[in-house]
Amino acid sequence: MTFFAQLLQQIVNGLALGSIYALISLGYTMVYGIVRLINFAHGDLLTIGAFIAYFCLVALGITPLTLTIAILLAMAVTPLFGYALERFAYRPLRDAPRINSLITAIGASILIENGLRVVPFIGTEFRRFPTMTTAQWILMQSTDEFGQLIKVTISQTQLLVFFVAALLMGVLVLIVDRTKTGKAMRATSFDMKAAALMGINVNRIVSFTFLLGSSLAAAAGVLFALSYPQIEPYMGIMPGLKAFVAAVLGGIGSIPGAMLGGLILGLAETLTKGFISSQLSDAVVFLILIVILMFRPSGLLGKAVKEKV
Amino acid sequence: MKKILSLMALAMVLSGCADSYGSGPIRIGAILPISGRIAEYGKQTRDAAILAVEEINAAGGILGRQVELIVEDDEADPVKTANAFTKLVERDKISALMGALTSNCSLAITNLAMSEKIPMVSPTSTNDKVTLAGEYVFRACYIDSFQGQVVANYAVDTLKARRAAILYDLANDYSKGLFENFKKVFEARGGTVVAESYNTGDKDFNAQITSIRGFNPDVIFLPDYYSAVALIAEQIRNQGIRVPLLGADGWDEVAGKADTWMMPAFYSNHYSPESQDPDVVKFIAAYKARFGVEPNALAALGYDATRIILQAIKAAGSAQPTEIQKALVNVSGKFVTGNISFDANRNPIKSAVMVEIVQGTSGLTTRYAGTVNP
Repeated sequence: MTFFAQLLQQIVNGLALGSIYALISLGYTMVYGIVRLINFAHGDLLTIGAFIAYFCLVALGITPLTLTIAILLAMAVTPLFGYALERFAYRPLRDAPRINSLITAIGASILIENGLRVVPFIGTEFRRFPTMTTAQWILMQSTDEFGQLIKVTISQTQLLVFFVAALLMGVLVLIVDRTKTGKAMRATSFDMKAAALMGINVNRIVSFTFLLGSSLAAAAGVLFALSYPQIEPYMGIMPGLKAFVAAVLGGIGSIPGAMLGGLILGLAETLTKGFISSQLSDAVVFLILIVILMFRPSGLLGKAVKEKV
Repeated sequence: MKKILSLMALAMVLSGCADSYGSGPIRIGAILPISGRIAEYGKQTRDAAILAVEEINAAGGILGRQVELIVEDDEADPVKTANAFTKLVERDKISALMGALTSNCSLAITNLAMSEKIPMVSPTSTNDKVTLAGEYVFRACYIDSFQGQVVANYAVDTLKARRAAILYDLANDYSKGLFENFKKVFEARGGTVVAESYNTGDKDFNAQITSIRGFNPDVIFLPDYYSAVALIAEQIRNQGIRVPLLGADGWDEVAGKADTWMMPAFYSNHYSPESQDPDVVKFIAAYKARFGVEPNALAALGYDATRIILQAIKAAGSAQPTEIQKALVNVSGKFVTGNISFDANRNPIKSAVMVEIVQGTSGLTTRYAGTVNP
């Protein structure tokens, strides 16, 4: 395979991984944008979403229709957990110092991860997530100087990931930019107290943000499980952490920033593994983060807010 | 007065020690991954050990005492293995240890076994370095320099491969050892090797597989445990690579985690359940009757490792760890996975089998594809 074809193939791989990161990091960024809280349990909502889809697919068998049902079901049920998290873990602490909420978030994350491990029908074993086929499409094809066939391909799963991720991000942008609730979300993010004075039910908006974020995390969980078909209670930790980095990279609080950050992260990780060394992939990812934060402390698309004294 | 008190205390400590080994049930510890990414291995190995202990207890125990098995879960995490070892030695006062299962975990406790003078018999840690720590470390399985050679020769002789790609876990001693041994033999036999690596727990291998695809290999060697292998294999097939996949004993159980896309695939293992050997038939029947499933190779090795320890205790005529160690060196006999007697490095010399993954009546299954003697 020529270098160029290989590069193209790695870019396809990187974008597929990046769009999953992007989808997860949206939840981090939205919650941070509104309540200034880093919801460390966000990655675990991904796990819950993946498990809901898993049980649905095991019961129904896997076809394009049941997969759609499974994604929708995961997106509908997971937010209940997100809501409960907000209502019972974070809301009582909203006026407490921020460090308290942060520690609660870490606690909630550990609680969910280990809670899932003791649920008898989930347990600790690694389960195989049902997948459809290993079919793929050829994007580009030619022969090299030795007459070897060179192909740039995209697998059916990768295509599905792109499609669902793009669709959901589009819907999210529409909700935030074009609806009344979206406007209230933006107002709450700008200034929670002023928004409350203007008659916005802040509690409802915060809950709605958690619902929306968990729903996206659930979808990302199903896509993640389809791409890397193995699920277990700890599966959300690493993608959750990477998506958090993506959100910071893009500018935490900024929705387009989270999408951009996710894609950059996926590409950087894949290209490093493909062309430099798989040992260095995480080092390179965090190096990029450090360099960007040195020159743009609020992230790529984040707004620098001056602290008023 | 002070001196007398401290002497009394010393005597109490000493007699306490003697008590724990000299009366009551003989305690054997086991450290296995009962949960986590290779839980199937830990559970089956544990069940096999339970079977071996139950059998000996039903026959009246050893030295007129019952045997008690104390199992700890290490989740295949070396740190947890070391903690479990300390607990078994300090609190439970075990006479000997069956474990750990993975090479990584065994390597985390070999030095502890040496300093605490507790004999350990690992059922399945194949990495060459495991028993090098010293005279208290034994194992029931063959080692990776042999296993890597078996698989490499199979690739060259049977599959006629000239170009092999290897994708291995560089944070895992088992995977790394197999990679090195396979590469050495495959290259010595005139083949070309390209290697890519990843870290334990990685889920995305597309970047490395794309690089491998550019190399056009005849075979791909995946020296890792079944859950990682299933993930990697599916991503390999997703990229349209259809060449045979090769693996080692860590592949046992992969058939249950994969589908027809996995094929063609071959791996080396410790025994074949299809064997007609009376010991194998008897073990499989007993295991099935007790636990309702067919034992895998790990179970067979767990059974053998436990029985090696029991035999040594009987030969030693004592439950003292140091006495058991002396008896272990001389253990010799026929076990489920073959004849076992230890060489100078306390490794058994035994044969390996190659198996092929084939389509069975319900899902994938394995078929015996030959025996290789050392």
